[in-house]
Amino acid sequence: MIIGQIKDGIVLDHITAGKSLEIYEVLGLDKLDCTIATIQYAESKKMGRKDIIKIGQVIDINFDVLGYLDPGITVNIIRDGKLAKRERLTLPERVTDIIKCKNPRCITSVEQELRQEFRLADRERKIYRCIYCDSEAKKQS
Amino acid sequence: MRHLIDIQQLSQEDIQQLIETAMDIIEDPVKYSEVCRHKKLATLFFEPSTRTRLSFEAAMYELGGDVLGFSESNSSSAAKGESVSDTARTVGCYADIIAMRHPKEGAPLVASRTAGVPVINAGDGGHNHPTQTLADLLTIYREKGSFNNLTIGCCGDLKFGRTVHSLISAMSRYDNVKFVLISPEELKVPKYIKTDVLEAKGIPYIESVSLEENIGKLDILYMTRVQRERFFNEADYLRLKDSYVLTPEKLKAAREDLSVMHPLPRVNEISVAVDDDPRACYFKQVLNGKYMRMALILKLLEVTV
Repeated sequence: MIIGQIKDGIVLDHITAGKSLEIYEVLGLDKLDCTIATIQYAESKKMGRKDIIKIGQVIDINFDVLGYLDPGITVNIIRDGKLAKRERLTLPERVTDIIKCKNPRCITSVEQELRQEFRLADRERKIYRCIYCDSEAKKQS
Repeated sequence: MRHLIDIQQLSQEDIQQLIETAMDIIEDPVKYSEVCRHKKLATLFFEPSTRTRLSFEAAMYELGGDVLGFSESNSSSAAKGESVSDTARTVGCYADIIAMRHPKEGAPLVASRTAGVPVINAGDGGHNHPTQTLADLLTIYREKGSFNNLTIGCCGDLKFGRTVHSLISAMSRYDNVKFVLISPEELKVPKYIKTDVLEAKGIPYIESVSLEENIGKLDILYMTRVQRERFFNEADYLRLKDSYVLTPEKLKAAREDLSVMHPLPRVNEISVAVDDDPRACYFKQVLNGKYMRMALILKLLEVTV
């Protein structure tokens, strides 16, 4: 399968195999009108299998969202056909409106306008806790 | 702007400073009797807690300040559907400091973002109750003279008892502290307290179902209530309930310098006959709670004496 190189855009590499569609949706890529290629289960020396997303436009990406969903992703920014910047993601210290607190005793269960904020409580075990009630949100994957 | 939402927000230095202020208040209450003149404390109690509310009110009155507020949500604008944010913002226009009790966890944190004045968490559901922990700490300090080199027994419902969790967190910062965690199997300390606090800080602890076997080792015995509704079946409750009732007979095996504490209210987990024992400290804890709330109000209002 041949997918052409991009001149200006972003390549999200090393996505955990099978996760690209979720990332496509969360980043709102369906709302862009540029060329986008989603490659699933590509062979990878490092990972065995991986997904890749190529976006034919440089857009603002919420790295916190991406880091939470899949911290192994590499973000390559391409300008004039060359690699201009490479970002390796890590788990963000705080995520907003990505996880929803499921504790019925939490204030967010009754005050709907409050933003859903979670803090990274344990990086090693990838544990996030609600900043209001300290309930644990299990990391997806 | 400083608030007190969670006991973890206070450093060891902060706690030491509060203890010193409280000790000075105990030494010379007259010196503090007018220091909050013309200052107002709002007690926003969205659920009833007469004991805590009266403690805050007494604390503010003893500092020469005034108190306004409500004692249940039916008599507040929350009954009309107002958000915690809006209530806090409104009350912040009237009062200099707020003490908030709320059935929902995290409500005082929400209030602290918009109030414009310091907010004290006076209990948010089963989550945090930092001023109870301050009362516990002053009691330990006054009884033992230090927070170091103590073996602390926590007995009863250690699963749902938030006061125990906060006490373990607060005391785990001091040197050579050990815990003996005494509870029925069903009500053991949650795993995250063991992994994130005790094991993470290398604090020795043992878990046991027997109060009798362990009471002789303790410097402090922190009792909590074992509630019938926490058990899966009635038979287990009936089998175990008396194991966690402190009686003069059980105290015979304890050391002479043991301090028996309880966050109160007590139901039957400490026999009334224990009240006259010099080792009983739970009513002293109530008084210490008022002194620590006075010290906290002074700290958050930045009043220097």
